[in-house]
Amino acid sequence: MSATTTNAIEITHDEAQVKRIWKAFWILLVLTIIELGLGLTIYNMDLGPNPNHVLILGIKGVICILTLAKAFYIISIFMHLGDEVRSFILTLGIPALIFIWFIFVFIYDGNSFRNLRNTDAGSRPYIEKVEQHPAPAMKAGEKN
Amino acid sequence: METALARSKTNLWSGGKSPFNVSYGKLMMWYFLMSDSFTFGAFLISYGSIRFSLNRWVDHNYVFNKFPFTEANLPLAFVSLMTFILIFSSVTMVLAVHEGHKMNRKGVEKWMLLTILGGLGFLSCQAWEWTHLLTHQHKVLVDGAIQYWATTTSHNPWGPEVIFNGELVRTPGPVAFGGYFFGITGFHGFHVFTGVIINTVMYIKTRLGHFQQRGHYEMIEKAGLYWHFVDLVWVFVFLCFYLI
Repeated sequence: MSATTTNAIEITHDEAQVKRIWKAFWILLVLTIIELGLGLTIYNMDLGPNPNHVLILGIKGVICILTLAKAFYIISIFMHLGDEVRSFILTLGIPALIFIWFIFVFIYDGNSFRNLRNTDAGSRPYIEKVEQHPAPAMKAGEKN
Repeated sequence: METALARSKTNLWSGGKSPFNVSYGKLMMWYFLMSDSFTFGAFLISYGSIRFSLNRWVDHNYVFNKFPFTEANLPLAFVSLMTFILIFSSVTMVLAVHEGHKMNRKGVEKWMLLTILGGLGFLSCQAWEWTHLLTHQHKVLVDGAIQYWATTTSHNPWGPEVIFNGELVRTPGPVAFGGYFFGITGFHGFHVFTGVIINTVMYIKTRLGHFQQRGHYEMIEKAGLYWHFVDLVWVFVFLCFYLI
């Protein structure tokens, strides 16, 4: 292979790499804009008289998935982890799996704590407090 | 071809070179970042756990709805600016790394400078946001009387709204909000701050020609890994505090 062809291959490789970086940037930008759009949708739904809480929860789930997609692009393209040896990727990826357990367990824990508090550890049914006008004022040091 | 591949695979673990095909420094930077992600993860999950344990949390669209130089109600606007700044500085960083592979000193200098400016821009935005939250006071109905509270680690004026003497005023919200918000964004901001310092050192070393003499720009890559990690964490902070 002559020197000029090697050079030409390097230049095309270089251009492809730069293209890949900018492509990742545009993907991140578009995903962020979609997230913002969904965030504003939630805001506007909350302004309405009877917001659909299931739908809002669904939109929040979509936002979480989009965030994971963003994280994937940052790690694999910007941090070049996608170009590393597979066994190395696994040494980072497998410990990170603990987050799956971590998130589920601690959110479940928080939720259970709320139920226990709302029902005095199951000894009474939960009665949702309806905002009164004027509401009973809270004391300075009181916690909700 | 196949035999060559098989041979290289066994050779990978027979000593003499890194089986992961990365240098010691880069490997350790990755493991440091992994441990750091557990720290951030623990903070964010603790926040989530507390948030789930309360009947009400604050509505972020009302807490973060201001933009500098205007009094308009603009939910999400300022934080999206911060996010765009950080994503953009991540791109300039990866382009600096790319120029480093090509041993192009001028290119590395240009993109590193832009990355540092992006980092400083982000920190300035955060300084403004914190100042706004910590100094801007709101009417709160406490103990049957009106008080003026700013958003701090001990005071949260973002509870539910009630009518008091014919006008809408807020009641105290969960105290945990300030601690989590300032704690986590502060810890992230500190990472951005150290990232800017590291990038500045790398910029100076590039200008002095240290990496050109060394024959490679691997230090730029390691600083880049740290910088992208800061961006990665922001993606999750943005999600947990401003979007959901």
